[in-house]
Amino acid sequence: MNIIEIKGISKTYDKDTMPVQALNGIDLVFQDGEFASIVGPSGSGKTTLLNIIGGLDDPTEGNVLIDGINITSLSGHSKTAFRLKNIGFVFQSFNLIPVLTVRENIEFIMQLQGASKQGRLSRTDELIEAVGLVDKKNCRPNKLSGGQQQRVAVARALASKPKFILADEPTANLDSKSAENLLDIMEKLNKEENITFIFSTHDARVMKKARRIITIEDGKVIDDVIKDKIMPES
Amino acid sequence: MLWSLSWKNIWRNKLRSTVVIMAVMLGVFAGVFLIAFMNGMVEDRIQTVIKTEISHIQIHQPGFGENNDFSLFMPDADSLTQIIDKTNHVSSVSKRVVISSLVASAETNTGVKILGVVPEDEMKVTNLSTKIIEGSYFATDRKNVAVIGKKLAEKLKVTLNKKIIITAQDVNKNITGGAFRIVGIFETDNYMYDELTVFVRYHDLCVLTGLQGTEAHEIAVLLDDNAYSEPVKQKLGKDFARLDVQNWTELSPEAGYLVSAMDQYMIIFIIVILLALCFGIINTMLMVVLERVKELGMLMAVGMSKPMIFFMIMLETIYLSITGGMLGLVLGYLLSNHLGIVGVDLYFWKEAYASVGYSSLIFPKIGLQTIILIAIMVIITGIVSAIYPAFKALKLNPAEATRTD
Ligand SMILES: Nc1ncnc2c1ncn2[C@@H]1O[C@H](COP(=O)(O)OP(=O)(O)O)[C@@H](O)[C@H]1O
Ligand SMILES: [Mg+2]
Repeated sequence: MNIIEIKGISKTYDKDTMPVQALNGIDLVFQDGEFASIVGPSGSGKTTLLNIIGGLDDPTEGNVLIDGINITSLSGHSKTAFRLKNIGFVFQSFNLIPVLTVRENIEFIMQLQGASKQGRLSRTDELIEAVGLVDKKNCRPNKLSGGQQQRVAVARALASKPKFILADEPTANLDSKSAENLLDIMEKLNKEENITFIFSTHDARVMKKARRIITIEDGKVIDDVIKDKIMPES
Repeated sequence: MLWSLSWKNIWRNKLRSTVVIMAVMLGVFAGVFLIAFMNGMVEDRIQTVIKTEISHIQIHQPGFGENNDFSLFMPDADSLTQIIDKTNHVSSVSKRVVISSLVASAETNTGVKILGVVPEDEMKVTNLSTKIIEGSYFATDRKNVAVIGKKLAEKLKVTLNKKIIITAQDVNKNITGGAFRIVGIFETDNYMYDELTVFVRYHDLCVLTGLQGTEAHEIAVLLDDNAYSEPVKQKLGKDFARLDVQNWTELSPEAGYLVSAMDQYMIIFIIVILLALCFGIINTMLMVVLERVKELGMLMAVGMSKPMIFFMIMLETIYLSITGGMLGLVLGYLLSNHLGIVGVDLYFWKEAYASVGYSSLIFPKIGLQTIILIAIMVIITGIVSAIYPAFKALKLNPAEATRTD
């Protein structure tokens, strides 16, 4: 089942003063349950693409359909509500709320969704368990390592039971061991709970874990390889 | 959720928040204390006006107040005082003969106001008898004795038991005069009053000027509470339609004005303080928003709505102002109340204060009503200063969350 359809996306920043064409005619389709990575050199447009898929930014041209809903045409307010309900985000710089504990950071999203206290507590416990941070659950982010913080971010992204998770260079600020650990957790969640992950990276080791690798350069998709399908052939 | 999140957020930068809270606290504290202080001064002045100088209500012949014309007396004052004495809320009544005249000592002379009073009645209406610093308040059987202010004694270069000559017009418009021995010297907080007022016995003054002993130029009325000064004035005004019945705010307009001016000054004063604080708070909160661009972007990205973001920043701002404001209010109130009991003695400025009619021993005083008013103004300041920074936060873009530079 197609959950994301990207049709003819172009993005030009600073249209008036000094135009920068970040994306140039991108068409992509993502299926439910994918574990896909967007790769490409710095400045190739990975962040811009993920921002547009996630409705954080608007394309200059083209449309993004999520489950058939054209999010580019949603108003600001409905877009926020749509993100809250359907999309999980993991950011390169972790971006946790520093004054809240691990638990509270995860619970926060569910509070925004208006979930019941009961539901929140059990889901939070479940997620903390899943990312292996039970002993840190009452710590604030500044007491955690980068890898641990990013695991909290993944748990937070999952808290709202989104349709898919977008992660922009989630391992860029992590050492290789933490990066591998994070990817393992993401992979496990993908396999065991069928959660769709789309993440960008320029780290070859991270790329290897992906089952689909989309390469972009200068705002264009230059390669789109689905490993599962390649492997039997090779 | 936002309530506690906002509260935690303000403690991210402990130093900065503490500085802002302290600034608001000190501003409000200073405001409260100064208001209490000024209020105490005004209150004291008014007490002096009522208890020492004027009493609550005075009755004259119309026109007497303009230049104390000797012929404008009420012929049958005794029957008037009897009626007044029976009026509700009247605590005591005193009749007076009032003459603007000249007093002379061996050295010099000066213009004064001579009040011929019945000491026993006068003592109940004004507290001047408690302000005697030398001699006594007519505690003698001798005839033609006077009680004068300390400033006047200094001016005339006379002391206790010395004589002064009072020159006046009698009923037949002839110049008359008499020697009065000084038996008491008083000192109030108002040097002007002390310099211009001479008390003699009612009877002695009648004899000097040829009055019958039933007349009065002035009837002073003390009530059991200042709150009744207007209604009782209205009532007496109706009873004695041909006479001029005035309360202290009319008799001493500057004292009456003080009360209303105080309220206005107070509001202006607080507004100025809060306005200054308002700019400080806005500045701080703009910094806060700027520092958290990325985090606010993240919150928007993960689905926090703009109204919630707005509310969160508003709350942070309001918490800062209200915490500081309430601390300042409480401290100001406690200090004012404490000093309101023990008093603040500005003895080194006694001369300066007394020359304009104020006591140098000040009892700061602030009403709960004023405190509540200031509290409301602090809250409004908090809200007003919150709007702009919160609005700035709304302008942010959720894509800020993914920026790495
Ligand atoms: N907010 C922006 N304003 C102007 N130009 C931008 C902005 N964001 C990205 N760009 C430009 O768009 C291009 C693609 O950037 P980006 O999507 O961040 O690439 P990547 O994430 O692959 O490094 C770059 O040339 C970058 O300089
Ligand atoms: Mg990027």
